[in-house]
Amino acid sequence: MGTALSTALQTAGLGKRYGRTWALRDCSLELPPGRVAALVGPNGAGKTTLLHLAIGLLRPDEGGVEVMGHKPFDNPHLLGQVGFVAQDTPLYPDFSAAELIRMGAKLNRRWDTPLATERLTRLGIAQDRPVRKLSGGQRAQVALALALAKRPRLLLLDEPVASLDPLARREFMQALMGGVTEEGMTVMFSSHLLDDLERVCDYLIVLKEGNVRVKGDVEELVAAHNLLIGRAGEPVAIPGVAEVVRETHSGKQASLLVRTEGPVEHPEWTVRDVTLEDLVLAYLSVPARQEVAA
Amino acid sequence: MIEFHLDGHSKVATYMQLVQQVKQSLRTGLLEPGDQLPKVREVTEALAINPNTVLKAYRQLEIEGLVDGRPGVGTFVRRSLAGPTLASHAALRSRLNAWLRDAREAGLEHEEIVALVEITLRQAKKQDIDLEAV
Repeated sequence: MGTALSTALQTAGLGKRYGRTWALRDCSLELPPGRVAALVGPNGAGKTTLLHLAIGLLRPDEGGVEVMGHKPFDNPHLLGQVGFVAQDTPLYPDFSAAELIRMGAKLNRRWDTPLATERLTRLGIAQDRPVRKLSGGQRAQVALALALAKRPRLLLLDEPVASLDPLARREFMQALMGGVTEEGMTVMFSSHLLDDLERVCDYLIVLKEGNVRVKGDVEELVAAHNLLIGRAGEPVAIPGVAEVVRETHSGKQASLLVRTEGPVEHPEWTVRDVTLEDLVLAYLSVPARQEVAA
Repeated sequence: MIEFHLDGHSKVATYMQLVQQVKQSLRTGLLEPGDQLPKVREVTEALAINPNTVLKAYRQLEIEGLVDGRPGVGTFVRRSLAGPTLASHAALRSRLNAWLRDAREAGLEHEEIVALVEITLRQAKKQDIDLEAV
């Protein structure tokens, strides 16, 4: 596996099984440092399993995972450099933000109390009230402030905005992007929401049914896919097309979302650019592991 | 100091939207040499966008010689794009405003105005090309 400097997170043939069901299988990816990666897929795709393997909460059943060059399972030293915000941002409900910050200071070696306090003050969030009395959006902000105060080199977040209303969601992403800029850490967050993904992340991993369907630099992915529109029944051997990801028909018209390996030029097909959302939806709509006829 | 806005419906890449907004401000004189661009943190936090996107936009502007990045200080405008035409902008704009008033009085909706301007621009451009070809 690679060195600590070249990747923040690396997995090779990583798999995790619950009973006889594989929650994640044959997952290989390298996340370069300084990236903001989105882990996208429907519920049950293996997103949480992958995050739990990365943070060392789970031990791999096959393959391996390394965080900054080290295996995370049973590795308290590494844990100090990784921040994790679990699904629904669980916090001790009777503790106030100030108490949680004090607790963080006692439990962590590198801890930045002013960073957390100033963030919450700037957001106008009461630090002396039990967090159960805060709104969902405010609780999420407290969880983020705690994760950032740890000054992690890798920050993992599991569905951080899934349960928030649109305004709180935006405020959370604003705070996260501000924090990332300040600290320069690597981020990976899971999401089943696609809004604004293109603005937030520069690396994409699409999971479906425990498998990686597509991954890579967002700009490169968008540049390497096109939507082709033409007549149904045309031969699909089109120069420049590496793979037909999804094919849909409506009457006489056929729409192909394709991965390209060069410029696509064909008199019978109109070539359109795709958005990141188009691309993700295309990969999610076809059954995993299905070999698409070309 | 300028404030960035993003067009969510635009197909233009986010970093390119930032580049275009700076250039626009340089053309209209809203940004002048020595002016500071918003700090990367301010942009990422205001727009909830990836810092690498802002860095890419600023790098692009630096490559084009329009701004200077001073590490730890900020990014500053190096040269203006406001050409000798800037002086005539005010007069042209006031005539355009008068035309807009006429268009509204004639009952044109916003979309119709935009369409009319675009068609006229396209035709003017086409005529230029035709003239060159002769």
